Amino acid sequence: MTTPARIAGLPPAFYRVGAFVISLIFIALIVLISGASPVTVIGSMVGGAFGNADQIGRVIATLSPLLLCAAGLVYTFNAGLYNLGVEGQITFGAIAATWLLRVVYPEGATASLLPPPLAIALAIVVGGIGGVLWGLLAGALHVYGRISEIFAGLGLNFAATGIAIYLIFGPWKRPGVASLSGTQPFDESLWLGTFGNTEATPVALGLGLLALAFTIIVMRNTYFGLRLRAVGRNLRAAYVLGVPARRQLLSAFFICGLFAGVAGALQVVGMFHRLIPNISSNLGFLGLLVVMLVNFDPLWILPVAFFFSALNIGSLQLPLSFGLESSLAGVIQGLLVLFALIGHGLAQKYGRKPGE
Amino acid sequence: MKVELHHIHKHFGNVHANDDVSLTVEAGTIHGLLGENGAGKSTLVKILSGFITRDSGEIILDGRPAHIQSPADALRYGIGMLHQDPLDFPPLTVVENFMAGSLATPALLNARAAERTFSALCRQFNFDIDPQARVGDLTVGERQQLEIVRLLANGAGTLILDEPTTGISASQKTLLFDALRRLAREGKSIIFVSHKLEDVEELCDCVTVMRRGRVVGELTLRDTPTKRAADGQPAGKHVNVAARIVEMMFGKELAMPVKPATHQDEVILTLDGLILRNDRLEMSIEHLSVQRGEVIGIAGLEGSGQQLFLLTCAGLERPAGGSIRVGERDLTHKPYADFVKAGVCYLPADRLRDGLISGLTIQEHVALRMSGKGIFIDRAAAAKEAERAIATFNIRGQPDTTVERLSGGNQQRTQLALMPSPLNVLLMEHPTRGLDIESTLWVWQQLIARCNQGTAIVFASSDLDEIVQYSDRVIVFSGGRISPPIAASELTADSLGHMIGGRF
Repeated sequence: MTTPARIAGLPPAFYRVGAFVISLIFIALIVLISGASPVTVIGSMVGGAFGNADQIGRVIATLSPLLLCAAGLVYTFNAGLYNLGVEGQITFGAIAATWLLRVVYPEGATASLLPPPLAIALAIVVGGIGGVLWGLLAGALHVYGRISEIFAGLGLNFAATGIAIYLIFGPWKRPGVASLSGTQPFDESLWLGTFGNTEATPVALGLGLLALAFTIIVMRNTYFGLRLRAVGRNLRAAYVLGVPARRQLLSAFFICGLFAGVAGALQVVGMFHRLIPNISSNLGFLGLLVVMLVNFDPLWILPVAFFFSALNIGSLQLPLSFGLESSLAGVIQGLLVLFALIGHGLAQKYGRKPGE
Repeated sequence: MKVELHHIHKHFGNVHANDDVSLTVEAGTIHGLLGENGAGKSTLVKILSGFITRDSGEIILDGRPAHIQSPADALRYGIGMLHQDPLDFPPLTVVENFMAGSLATPALLNARAAERTFSALCRQFNFDIDPQARVGDLTVGERQQLEIVRLLANGAGTLILDEPTTGISASQKTLLFDALRRLAREGKSIIFVSHKLEDVEELCDCVTVMRRGRVVGELTLRDTPTKRAADGQPAGKHVNVAARIVEMMFGKELAMPVKPATHQDEVILTLDGLILRNDRLEMSIEHLSVQRGEVIGIAGLEGSGQQLFLLTCAGLERPAGGSIRVGERDLTHKPYADFVKAGVCYLPADRLRDGLISGLTIQEHVALRMSGKGIFIDRAAAAKEAERAIATFNIRGQPDTTVERLSGGNQQRTQLALMPSPLNVLLMEHPTRGLDIESTLWVWQQLIARCNQGTAIVFASSDLDEIVQYSDRVIVFSGGRISPPIAASELTADSLGHMIGGRF
């Protein structure tokens, strides 16, 4: 194919920025069509995300598990795996954490059997183990069963959600009435502490940032990260060069499952304080988007994840102030991602290579 | 149908895959198309069958120019191609496949009528296929038969068969050849692409040999019926055909050995009763022992099992039987990691697919080789080592150059630079393919230096000169058999040609 000379050979950043500008134009057009002014809509969304402490708290409460999921997905993506099972790994981590809390604070008891901080810490650990189990299950199906990790992951997502719903309506149902709103909330002593009266918890934010920092170091500075990239880019050649490929793949599933499971546990102890059917709140899928947008490079995850968290919370304001559908936020997100990917593709295809 | 190809050119990037190729296949003949991998024969038949569009040149069918741009075009002109791997739908039944591949597209399918047509055609050729069987359960030979019947039902006047005798049984081969002869008698033309000289000799009326994108020779093996009638001569087989074909494929004179003696007394690689098997091939090798510093060259037409043999010796494929020993260590059925530990290294022919990792830099490859020494990458050491490798191996690139941006020769130099040291056994495919003369000499200089340090080398190459120049002993792979090793100094072009042609 011949390239139009006008758009070829420019610096790669040009294509990315250009795509972003075009996506903003599209978004403005769509907002105009739906009968509002783009400027006021954006203003309202910014206000919705950062207007008061509550709203900022909510943004941070969304950001924390998102960071964990995105950090975990860096490993699987770099190993060349599309781990769509991350949702199920969150859910199963949440189930495991709920199980532990029900054991240490049985129904009808008046106090936790363990000191609450220890119980919460244990719940997070057990949540991580649950996520690891679910991740390794997908990994084993992929590595030993030769099933596409996409299908294995999606299948296990359904299974995890199914188990959650069964538990909510069956063995773990609220005394008296089972309901979609979830299990009986835990005693407040088992709730994770928050920043003031907001929804954000320091522990979750800390764990998210820690996971991200850990991931950046692993991917940039360790042999493990290098081997992971080698396996992801060319499994066969990496194996011939002496990289234990299966172990690398399973390790990627292990770490991603661990981070996702911890995120699931945090949703339970920090956010909802009970198990609900949609405990993952689609954070796993959002994490996939974030990692794809940053081209699997963990360094850029924090700003992008923050942006998406703010967008999600800010858009809750739309129906209130303008009577606009809040699904408009989904459209905006979709357009941003779509154009970012187009910009990335163009930059790779036509962008000037270093040294040319 | 008479097929004429005139002055076909096709480029893939810098590669001139078909360079002014002309070919005429008379109606009623079986025409063999021979050549090494990469000779351009696949490209040529894919152009004729519409899978690839040509850059320039003409296709003339029965005297009329044809405009073939897609496989559907080709089939409408009556050209049907049988691919090496059957292009069918394994989950569907035979008759469903037959209907799915039909040019006629009625609004409603008539499975019964299709089955009748199918069975009638099968009877003509003594093919015995259950129309209701699932295609996935058929053998390769039966799938081939299904494909032939399908193409004939679509009115094919020319059949192209790409390596049709790999993976089918002897009786299926007889059936196939009978069917092809019958079709030729009916006036159809057959183009038979193959590596196997014995099949070509047995079946074909004429052969065209290609090398490096060009036609290098044509040979009439049997007088065609029309010519026979005109000359009034009986059909006769030309003698010593295989040797002449091999000569055309590889060139006439062999180079002289140039390698100094490097072998030591100690035996480093021992193979005993090794049986190699995959879905296409089965071979066995009774005994082979290779000494330290020795170079064994593997000759043979490509696809005769050389790769399977090398992969097995490297521990990347499991032998179906027999034993592999490196030094005193028995490595039979041991994992690849144990082979690596025993000092075995494999350098694949397809460097970017099997040997190097696109997207990673030279320095990252070096670091990958250092992997296992601690947790954190020692960047300073990796950078120093990469600089050293680039200088020693004269790689035209920087430590931060990603390998896919290197030229083929520099990729090969990088592969060589990544070889561990010390090294006991080095297994290579086409060590100098795609390299210029200077690089080739340089690569062998490095390899001989390794031999002096006690490394045994086993390499496969399609360049007979390279094999004779640099091997101490040569083994030949042909048609599922492996010859005993022969000293390179005792080889002649003639004896090697005979062996490659399958006569040990």
